[in-house]
Amino acid sequence: MSQHFLQVEGLAKRYPAAGATANPPVFENIHFHIDKGEFVCIIGHSGCGKTTILNVMAGLEEATSGNVFMDGREVKGPSLDRGVVFQNHALMPWMSVLGNVAFAVKSKWPGWSRDKVEAHCTQYLEMVGLGQAIHKKPAELSGGMKQRVGIARAFAIQPKMLLLDEPFGALDALTRGTIQDELLKIVLATHQTVFMITHDVDEAILLADKIVLMSNGPYARIAEIVEVTMSRNRTRAAMHHDPQYYRTRNHLVDFLVNRSRNYAGSQADDGDARHPPVARPGLKSDATDTIDYLNRRAA
Amino acid sequence: MRSETFKAALISALLFLLAIGAWHLATLPKESVALAGADAEYAALMGAGAQQPGGFPPPVEVGRAFVHYLSDPFYDHGPNDKGIAIQLGHSLARVALGFLLAIVAALPLGFIIGMSPLLTKALDPFIQVLKPISPLAWMPLALYTLKDSNVSGIFVIFICSIWPMLINTAFGVASVRRDWLNVARTLEVNPLRKAFLVILPAAAPTILTGMRISMGIAWLVIVAAEMLVGGTGIGYFVWNEWNNLALPNVIFAITMIGLVGMGLDAIFGRLQKLVTYRE
Repeated sequence: MSQHFLQVEGLAKRYPAAGATANPPVFENIHFHIDKGEFVCIIGHSGCGKTTILNVMAGLEEATSGNVFMDGREVKGPSLDRGVVFQNHALMPWMSVLGNVAFAVKSKWPGWSRDKVEAHCTQYLEMVGLGQAIHKKPAELSGGMKQRVGIARAFAIQPKMLLLDEPFGALDALTRGTIQDELLKIVLATHQTVFMITHDVDEAILLADKIVLMSNGPYARIAEIVEVTMSRNRTRAAMHHDPQYYRTRNHLVDFLVNRSRNYAGSQADDGDARHPPVARPGLKSDATDTIDYLNRRAA
Repeated sequence: MRSETFKAALISALLFLLAIGAWHLATLPKESVALAGADAEYAALMGAGAQQPGGFPPPVEVGRAFVHYLSDPFYDHGPNDKGIAIQLGHSLARVALGFLLAIVAALPLGFIIGMSPLLTKALDPFIQVLKPISPLAWMPLALYTLKDSNVSGIFVIFICSIWPMLINTAFGVASVRRDWLNVARTLEVNPLRKAFLVILPAAAPTILTGMRISMGIAWLVIVAAEMLVGGTGIGYFVWNEWNNLALPNVIFAITMIGLVGMGLDAIFGRLQKLVTYRE
């Protein structure tokens, strides 16, 4: 049924209320899809259920209704096919860096010899620039290094899909930049399919092919899907010279600051929730931009 | 830091000497009373036994007891006269056995309780009622059913060590970070690996705290238990020396109990440090 690699259909989540009255759903009617090798970011204000959506995709949480299909099979429970990088790295503090990655690798390939596991882990740790620190305990690492271990752990099991829950949220801007570059490099090299939550508009533009914009909760839904049309080998350093960058950025910021609110609480319409509007703000010419702007002011 | 340790040691030593000195002064013989009048004849009749008229023993005498017992800790002259090491060995063996049995019972049970909120609730009333019972209150039941004083002693240690271990294990297992469990779930780790490689190390510091408390209680209880059941052990030794009215020996035994207890606690402190992780 699903021609796409990953298909999310009609997802809704409603948390049970304390009394007899039911809580309104945090989000509902969530439909979107991810193709193989695509990098998709999801942006939205706090409380719109981004993490819940990711957890449902990971199989860690169950949606109230709706389904997720990956590779033509329904997602039921967690699987080694989907690697997850957690918001606060979730490393086991009693294991060394190598031990943490090896734990994952041995789970995926229980038959491997110790040497093979170690070589495999070392390769992935070197990939994230941690070749020197493999025998350290997580407590001896900085926040950025811990998050890299988390990324290495997720990549090392070579999942079909990678789910990142705001992985750089707790990092300072400089560290965040270098790790973004590394992630970008690795994703380009491995053609990994990625779904990532972020709050950072620039991060989304740098990394994503497609950005899913969520309206505010409750009754959150997908307001729009923005395609980033800039060339795939963009870099953090040169990205802002591209005129598309500002158009895309303005579009996103405008959504977050102004438009996301207007969707809030609207249970109506949704006739087309299956096909949320797709925008390519990067491709607009400046002229249409201006017209847009004027139209909006007039309205 | 080093100099502070040194200073602390110096103060400790000084306090110790001060206490001994005060003790010495307080127990100096009151000469006039003992030597008065016809009592000299009475004293001669009574022989050497009358030289120490039941007063609190001075430090020198206690010191002599220390030297006497520590110079030959392993002798065995029949049931009522054994070296201190043998007595302590008996007590330690009972504690070790009871404690090991408690570990065997408490760890798996604590694991199960900690994993299941339902069982936590269901078993809570039993634990809450059983926990505050003095382990010695079990003694008559133990003696009646087990019919062996030695085994009863071990049972009493078992029953007093089990609660802190059980409660701490359950608590430690129940409060393993959600994130770590989620990592294990996304890696499809099988239950046994999850239990030993994730939950156990995560809960180990809490579990060891429980064990340390248990060991402390067990060492407290063994003395009382051995006073009751008799035969061997440091508790029996104390009681025996009390019946002999040999207070220096009692004081010596008390000191030994304290030192061994300190040693046991230090061992568990070390173990605790070993499994504690820094986040």
